[in-house]
Amino acid sequence: MRLFECILLLCLIVCAVSVAFTRDLLTSIIIFMSYSLLMCLIWMILQSPDLAITEAAVGAGVTSILFFLTLKKIRAIRKEEQNEQEEG
Amino acid sequence: MSRRRDNYETSRWLRFKKWVDGETDPLSSGMDAIPVVTEGQMRERRKNLALRKAYDEELTRLSAEHADKTEIMKARGIRNFQKFYKVMSVILCLAIISVLLWTIAALPVTGGADNPANNEVAARYIEKGLQETGAVNIVTGMILDYRAFDTFGESCVLFIASCCVLVLLRLDADSKNDNIKKMIAESDDRHFEPKDDIILQKCACVLVPVIMIFGIYIVLNGHLSPGGGFSGGAVLGSGLILYLNAYGYKKMSRLFTEKVYRRTTLCALTFYCLAKSYSFFTGANHLESGIPTGTPGAILSSGLILPLNICVGLVVACTMYAFYTLFRKGGM
Amino acid sequence: MIQHLSLNIEETVAVILFGVGFTILLLHRNLIKKIMGMNIMDTATYLFLASKGYITGRAVPIVVDGVQEVSAYINPVPSGLVLTGIVVSVSTTALMLSLTIRLYERYHSLDLDEILILAKEEEQT
Repeated sequence: MRLFECILLLCLIVCAVSVAFTRDLLTSIIIFMSYSLLMCLIWMILQSPDLAITEAAVGAGVTSILFFLTLKKIRAIRKEEQNEQEEG
Repeated sequence: MSRRRDNYETSRWLRFKKWVDGETDPLSSGMDAIPVVTEGQMRERRKNLALRKAYDEELTRLSAEHADKTEIMKARGIRNFQKFYKVMSVILCLAIISVLLWTIAALPVTGGADNPANNEVAARYIEKGLQETGAVNIVTGMILDYRAFDTFGESCVLFIASCCVLVLLRLDADSKNDNIKKMIAESDDRHFEPKDDIILQKCACVLVPVIMIFGIYIVLNGHLSPGGGFSGGAVLGSGLILYLNAYGYKKMSRLFTEKVYRRTTLCALTFYCLAKSYSFFTGANHLESGIPTGTPGAILSSGLILPLNICVGLVVACTMYAFYTLFRKGGM
Repeated sequence: MIQHLSLNIEETVAVILFGVGFTILLLHRNLIKKIMGMNIMDTATYLFLASKGYITGRAVPIVVDGVQEVSAYINPVPSGLVLTGIVVSVSTTALMLSLTIRLYERYHSLDLDEILILAKEEEQT
């Protein structure tokens, strides 16, 4: 169990560092989502299932949805701008 | 004898006095009308910025050769500053990490039973929690009974955050202004998506009831098993979001509108406030609250915890759904 | 010191994650990345708090079979604190993201330096 926990913690650091070094925003959001899921497993090991269930629903679910929506909104604005430039 | 000030007219005291007397608005002198920058000017500026960026790159290429000296010095100064900033921030981060690691080396070992964090407060919660709150899950009993005031504040934080998002992102649907109408038409991005996607609709048809029942289960069993208002509310909110994505705003508006959102949140927060005020009042005056705690383990037990859980769950679910729709199209 | 750190591995990882999040917050110019760094700092703090309440060999604080001895369960206080923290962090994230959308609508850029330059020019005119 101790070894499993160490592996999970290592994966956590790897995820956090790769969020920093990914160029594409969509990829980094998905890595961030997996970071939240790993965190959820670690809380299960630390004997707090309340936190695990909340993190799975809130951290991995709602936060990632909000990030995706922001990205979508920004891309839509960019597309509109391009269309206007082509017309004008 | 005090020195006489010669700039009395502009002093703060006079302005304050005038403000107290109601003569002038102190903001009127300090606030200038911000010149409205049109969209065209903004675009011009962005173009300028892009040009300047290209120019800067040109300069960095030319800096090997001999070009205009002052310009190069300026560009080099900015680049040096950026390099300095990066190096300094890396050093700062490393310093913070090393100081914190040094602190951790002095902390007691994780998992020890005699650590100072495990003091008499936790012992009291564990030993008396079941009798005093009636909740089998000690964490729920703690956050909704012993420390319910924190949780109330937190529900209010959620409500205030959704209000702020509303202020920032809402577009008034009844507005007469042509600009806003245009913005509403632009922000409604469902035009570009496939409507009535049959696969998504069939999946949602199966999944949404299951997700909803799971969310309600988590909320209602908050005092018996892991879970509670926050997680159950988030699950309920994501079920609503899935339904919205599959069937569109029109069908959703039969079930959930802005009015429903406002009423649910207000009722839940008010009920929470009243219920906890009652129990604080009776608790502080050592009165019998008259709310039975019931048999531990039954679903109708533990006094006020179950209704409070339902309130928190409703607030969280509504807030999550409101975040989604506001980000999506600027309104419910 | 290294041996002690390996005993306190959760706290060590939490501190490293805090540092990584702080570095992202300082060094990345993209606003969305900055918000992610902030979230990583949040979760690092929660990990630190939750590991403070963990006691080896003890169970989840849910009363089973009426056993109410302190030696049977872990510390419930940090769990309660973190539970409220997680939900607050979501609401702050939503607020920051909506501010980001508004900034992008105005300046058409996610780069903080560009936004600052454009805002300064706007002030000067």
